[in-house]
Amino acid sequence: MGGFLMAATRKGLFDVDCDGAAQPRCIGFLGDPVSAVLQNGHDGALYAALNLGHFGVKLHRSDDFGQTWTELPAPAFPVGIAADKEGEKAPSVSLIWTLAGGGPEQPKRLWAGTIPGALFRSDDRGETWHLVESLWNQPSRTEWFGGGYDDPGIHSINVDDNGRIVIGISCGGVWISEDDGASWTLGGKGLAATYMPPDRQDDPTIQDPHRLAVCQDAPDTVWCQHHCGIFRSDDGGRSFVEIKQAGPSTFGFAVAVHPKDPKTAWFVPAVKDECRVPVEGRFVVTRTRDGGKTFDSLSAGLPQEDAYDLVYRHALTVGADGKHLAMGSTTGAVWFSKDGAQSWRMLTAHLPPVAQVCFADAP
Amino acid sequence: MPRVTFTANLQRHLDVPSLEVEGARVGEVLAGVFAQKPLLRSYIVDDQGRLRRHVNVFVNSQMIADRDGLSDAVRPDDEVFVFQALSGG
Repeated sequence: MGGFLMAATRKGLFDVDCDGAAQPRCIGFLGDPVSAVLQNGHDGALYAALNLGHFGVKLHRSDDFGQTWTELPAPAFPVGIAADKEGEKAPSVSLIWTLAGGGPEQPKRLWAGTIPGALFRSDDRGETWHLVESLWNQPSRTEWFGGGYDDPGIHSINVDDNGRIVIGISCGGVWISEDDGASWTLGGKGLAATYMPPDRQDDPTIQDPHRLAVCQDAPDTVWCQHHCGIFRSDDGGRSFVEIKQAGPSTFGFAVAVHPKDPKTAWFVPAVKDECRVPVEGRFVVTRTRDGGKTFDSLSAGLPQEDAYDLVYRHALTVGADGKHLAMGSTTGAVWFSKDGAQSWRMLTAHLPPVAQVCFADAP
Repeated sequence: MPRVTFTANLQRHLDVPSLEVEGARVGEVLAGVFAQKPLLRSYIVDDQGRLRRHVNVFVNSQMIADRDGLSDAVRPDDEVFVFQALSGG
């Protein structure tokens, strides 16, 4: 396939050669944590979000495929916005967790999901940003809480060709907009949170979807790798059914769905929430091709003993053909598959921890 | 006018030479800097204008006390230093 593979890591953004012929090449921000990366399908522009720690979150755009980068204003809360509770400080963005492009008629549109759990919108290629107040002002937002971070965050933004937006929040559930973000409906019925008291486990407001993936050609199908298992929706995220058996484990962070076949999805399992390593040291990808009735555990080309790789929520991706996949781990390895995950090739084992991998079209 | 000097670590990200700007409070001095370097603002203060947690500001040799309101006094012959705390790995 044409194009290249970007790996956003703890210490820079890398171009990883899928042929394995060349070493990964840093294409920006060496030494700095890259928290999210996006290629806008409309114009090919690359966007990279940074978390500089001392100096806050940053956003950069490249219009020449990573040769040069221009810093843009990062999404930020309005000055003077009220704190959620008396005695608390007013919010400030601490992480840009995900970036997404707009719908078919929105070439300049960008969405950003952040920690704290806010959605920001740009209509000018990231030059200016606006808080989506329709979501921020949801009364139930005060029920959200952080999962692994101090504050809740938006990590999944799926915009389908019909304009529906489905977002995932840890821990704030699944939210759906049918009107370009003007209003929101809480979905996620059927998700189950066993980390909550019994009478709140099915409360959609406090669910922890680790990642949501929408099938491009069948957007009513939404796959969810949840903190407590794997779920599938056939009604655009409004309700889900649990997939209780999926290879060695149903715990994990990442999910990818075939862009044309809603019944095919991939996951990268770990033992469970309190032990985030591959089951018995064997690193596998699990794949269903029948909507979750059965799963294959795919291991060809992956380490099968003493492996401690964990793939974060944005670090598994599938290409437009549904055959090419890539994934990167917290131990700095990147693998590539040309055959729908049936077999894998390690491209590098020496990157910093990988936050995201992303296929990009070449010039 | 007060003179403002920035940690060399910022130079990795932005070109920020020492500047002389008007102001009788730290916040006023920094606002003068940000007027000349708009992108610098978010490196020093958060969305609400509070000093970032791991950024320190000194007036001469004294660390400022008001990290949220930036109300510490600055005299015309003072030097303001913007440093970063040490951390990482």
